[in-house]
Amino acid sequence: MKIIVIGNGMVGQKFCEKLVAQKIAGLELTVFGEETLPAYDRVHLSEYFAGKTVQDLCMKPMSWYAENGVDLRLGDPVTHVERAQKTVTSFEGTQFAYDYLVFATGSAAFVPQISGVDKHGVFVYRTIEDLNLIWRHAKIAKSAVVIGGGLLGLEAAKAMLDLGITQTHVVEFAPRLMPRQIDDGGSHVLTEKLKALGITTHIQKNTAVILGNETITGLMFTDGSILSTDMLVISAGIKPRDELAKKAGLPIGHRGGIIVNDRMQTSDPSVFAIGECAVHEGAVYGLVAPGYEMAEVVVHQLSGGAKQFSGFDMSTKLKLIGIDVASFGDPFITDEETRSIVYHDNHKGIYKRINVSSDGSKLLGGILVGDAEAYNKLQQICVNQLTIPHAPSDLIVTPGNASNDAGNFELPAGALICSCEGVKKQAIEDAVVQNGCESFDAVKKCTGAGSGCGGCTPMVKDIINATLKKQGKVVRNVICEHFAYSRQELFDIIKIKNLHTFDAVLDALGTGDGCEICRPAISSILASLWNDLVIKKESATSQDTNDRFLANIQKGGTYSVVPRIPGGEITPDKLIVIGTVAKKYNLYTKITGGQRIDLFGAHLNDLPLIWEELIAAGFESGHAYGKALRTVKSCVGSTWCRFGLHDSVSFAVRVENRYKGLRAPHKIKSAVSGCIRECAEAQSKDFGIIATEKGWNLYVCGNGGSKPQHALLLAADIDSETCIRYIDRFLMFYIKTADPLTRTATWLNKMEGGIDYLRNVVVHDSLGMAAELEAQMQTLVDHYECEWKKAVETPELRKRFTHFINAPEVRDPTIVFEPLRAQKKAAEW
Amino acid sequence: MDKNNWIYACKATDMPHNGGVCVQYGTEQIALYYFTHRNEWYATQNLCPHKKQMALSRGMLGSLQGEPKVACPFHKKTFSLKNGQCLNDETCSSIKTYPVKVQEGNIFINIETLLTPHSSTPIEYEPQ
Repeated sequence: MKIIVIGNGMVGQKFCEKLVAQKIAGLELTVFGEETLPAYDRVHLSEYFAGKTVQDLCMKPMSWYAENGVDLRLGDPVTHVERAQKTVTSFEGTQFAYDYLVFATGSAAFVPQISGVDKHGVFVYRTIEDLNLIWRHAKIAKSAVVIGGGLLGLEAAKAMLDLGITQTHVVEFAPRLMPRQIDDGGSHVLTEKLKALGITTHIQKNTAVILGNETITGLMFTDGSILSTDMLVISAGIKPRDELAKKAGLPIGHRGGIIVNDRMQTSDPSVFAIGECAVHEGAVYGLVAPGYEMAEVVVHQLSGGAKQFSGFDMSTKLKLIGIDVASFGDPFITDEETRSIVYHDNHKGIYKRINVSSDGSKLLGGILVGDAEAYNKLQQICVNQLTIPHAPSDLIVTPGNASNDAGNFELPAGALICSCEGVKKQAIEDAVVQNGCESFDAVKKCTGAGSGCGGCTPMVKDIINATLKKQGKVVRNVICEHFAYSRQELFDIIKIKNLHTFDAVLDALGTGDGCEICRPAISSILASLWNDLVIKKESATSQDTNDRFLANIQKGGTYSVVPRIPGGEITPDKLIVIGTVAKKYNLYTKITGGQRIDLFGAHLNDLPLIWEELIAAGFESGHAYGKALRTVKSCVGSTWCRFGLHDSVSFAVRVENRYKGLRAPHKIKSAVSGCIRECAEAQSKDFGIIATEKGWNLYVCGNGGSKPQHALLLAADIDSETCIRYIDRFLMFYIKTADPLTRTATWLNKMEGGIDYLRNVVVHDSLGMAAELEAQMQTLVDHYECEWKKAVETPELRKRFTHFINAPEVRDPTIVFEPLRAQKKAAEW
Repeated sequence: MDKNNWIYACKATDMPHNGGVCVQYGTEQIALYYFTHRNEWYATQNLCPHKKQMALSRGMLGSLQGEPKVACPFHKKTFSLKNGQCLNDETCSSIKTYPVKVQEGNIFINIETLLTPHSSTPIEYEPQ
C-alpha cells in the first residue's frame, strides 16, 4: 500500500507514528515537507527563545524516519496532485504514485489586510524560520507590538519578553483577551497579570496603517490613535493551507479548509485531510489534540478500524507566561436554564467561573484564570456529566480541596484522561491489570498517556493507584528499584542493624548497585543517624555532587562557597576577610536570601585554598550545599530596635549553632523575629520563632519555594529552653519519618491528623518518644564538626579537590566566564 | 585494538570508590570510573551532551535493571557505562565509551576512538 502524506508538521508526524505502529505489511510511506526541518513542537515554539534548541523541539530525529522506513522528503513541497492518475509531483519535478493521499498541510498565519505589512520589522509567528528572523531583528528593537490577543498572540508576547524586550504591547480587535476561551472577567484578571509582567494590553483596537518608511515605526489605529514600536509580530489567527487541495479540485469550506466527513475523507475517498487544513462540520480545529485524534481516525480507516471523528471537546488548560488559563465545556453559556457562579479575587489575581444547570446538578462549563489546579477534575465532571455536590460553589472556593483527585469522583471507563494522545480511563486500567504496568512511567510507555503536555499526569497516577488498590495490591511507597522500603522503614532498619556505609546498607537490604535516587537518600539517613563525615572515602561518592565536594555546583562546572554567618550577624573584620578572599580568587559575590554571602565561580582546585583562609579567620562551613540546616535569619531585635521584645539575634545565633550541620531529608530553614512585626519572615520557614510579651511562639512547616505555605503555630508563649526542646523533637521526628526530598510543609500536608497530630507528638508526647528524640538530637549536636576544617586539614581528603587526576595543578580549561556589572557570570549553556 | 593506543591514567589506589575522576589527554577530557561494588572499570567522555558540561566524572554511579550507569550531577541524565546510551531521555545523544585495563595497579584507557572524535559507533566495552 502506497501512502503519501503532504506536510510534516505535528499532526502529519503523529499520523506517521501511529501508522507505522500498525506494522502494515507492504506499506510504502512517503512524506513531503515544505520546511527543511523534521516536524517540531509548534505548541512550545516560544521556548526557542527561552533556550530550547531546534533539536529539543524536534518531535522525532531524522534517524527515526529512516529506522521506520518512512521516506521523508524535506524542503521539497508537493506542487501538483493528479487525482485521476493518483500521482503527486514535487517541487523538484519527481512524480510519485499513491493508493491513499493524506493532506496534513496545516495552516499559515492569518495576516489581515493592513497597509504596510511588507515593511521591515513586521513578522508572523509560525515557524522556526519566522523565529530566527524575529530574533535577528529583536537585537535592535526596544519595543514590540503583537497583533492578536488570543492563544498564539500571548505566546508571541511571551517570546518578546524572553528576547529581553521590556516594552511589549498586545493589540486585540475583540473587547477582551482570548475571546474564544474566556469572558470579560477572566480577561480583566489576565490583563492585570500581564501588566505586572510588562505587557500592555490594548483591546477593541483595529489597526489601520503600519507607519514608517522602509522600517516600521508604529501603528495607527482606526480611532486615530498611534502606538510607536520597533517591531510588529502578527499572530491574529490561522488560515488553513488549502491551496494545493483547491488546485486539485477538492471542495473547500467557504472560510477555507478542506471539507472532510467523519472518516476524514475529502470528496475523493482515497484522499484524506487532517489537522488544521481540514474543516469538519464547518469547524477548523486549531489545537493539536483534535489533530492527533483525526490522525488516529485515518490510521483506523487504512488499517480496517472503525473509528470516526465526531467533533472534539475544546477544553484547554495552558500556562501563559506563568499564568494558568483554562476553559472547559461551554464557558460562556448564559441562558435561563443556567446559573453561573463566579469567584473573582482581584487581589490575588484569580478568576473562576462555573456554569451549572439551574437545578444545580450538572456542570456545563467554566473558566479558570490565575489558578487552574481544579481544571482536570472540573473538566472530567463536565465531560462525563457527573453529579456535582450540593453546594456547587465548593468546586471552586474550598481551599486545598481543589486537587485533581480522580478517585473521589468515580469516572466512567470511557472518560478521556489524556487528550493529547486520546487515552481513556479504561486503557490505563487495562495497562495496569493486563500488562502489569504498575508505575506511571510504565503506563506512559504502554499507553502514551501523559507523554504530550503532561497535564494529566496526576490523574493518571491516581487511576494507577486506585486500580492497584482494587486488585488488592498494596501501593508501596519504595524509594527506587534497589530498595523495597520507604525512607522511614530504612531509617529504622539501618539504625537497628547499625549500618554505617552505603555499600553495607545496599548489601544488607537492597539489590543491584544503587542509583542517583537511593544513594543520596541513604547518605542522608546515615548522616542524620551517625553524623559521620560525609566525605569519608567510602561515603563521598554516594553524596550528591554538592556534598561530595562540599560546595554547590553551578552552571559551567564551578562551585559556590557559602561560609556560615549565624543569625546573619557578622563583624567588620570578617566582612573584610570575605572581600579579600573573593578578590584573590576572582569570585562573584552576592548577598543571599538567608542573610549570608555567596561567593560564586570557584574552581574545584581552589576550594581548599579558599576555605583554608576562611577557616583561619574563624568561619565554618555554611552547609549551603547539603540537605541540611541552612540559615537561621533574624531581625535586629531588642538590642537596637525600638519595638523589639526580645533579643532575636542572640537566640537565632544560639539556634543556628545548635543545629548547624544537621542533615535531613531536605534543606531546613529557620528565622527568629523579635516582635509581631515579623521582619525575619519566620512564618515562611521550616521552623520559625516569634517573640511575644511572654516568651516565644514556635511556628513549623512553612516554606517559600514554588508552592509557598505559611507555617502553623505549634506552641505559644514558651520560654527559650522549652522552645529548643520542642525544636529538637520536631526536627528529629521529621528526619525519622519524612520521605526523601520532602520539605517539612509537604511532610505535614501528607500527615494524617495534620498539625494537631504533630502537636500531640511534639508538645504532649503522645507517642512517648520525646525523651528519645531529644537524646538523638543531642548526640548529633555533640558529634558536629566543621567538614571543611576536616577537609583542608586532611591531605588525603584535600587531594580530591582537583579537576584532572593526572594533572592536579591544572584547572578545567573549558570553564568560561562573561563580564557582568563589574563582576563576572558563568557563560550561557 | 591497537596496543599502542593505551594511555596511562593513574594508579588504582588514587581512585575514589564507586565514583569517577577526570583524565586529561591533550585537549580531551575522559571520565574514568571505578565501580567498586561491581569490581568494574569504565571510561567515557567527560562532557555531558545535554548542556555540554564537563561533569560526568563527578556523577553518581548506579545501575538500572543491572545495566551500570552514571548520572550527570547537573540534571540527572543517566548514561549506560557499557554503550554510552542515555537511559532516561530518548532525545539526549549518547556518550563515547572507552575500554579500560588494569595492569599491576596501574590504570590504562584505550584512546583509539579519540582519534576519530565523530565516530558514531562507540567501541563495545571489553572486560579486561
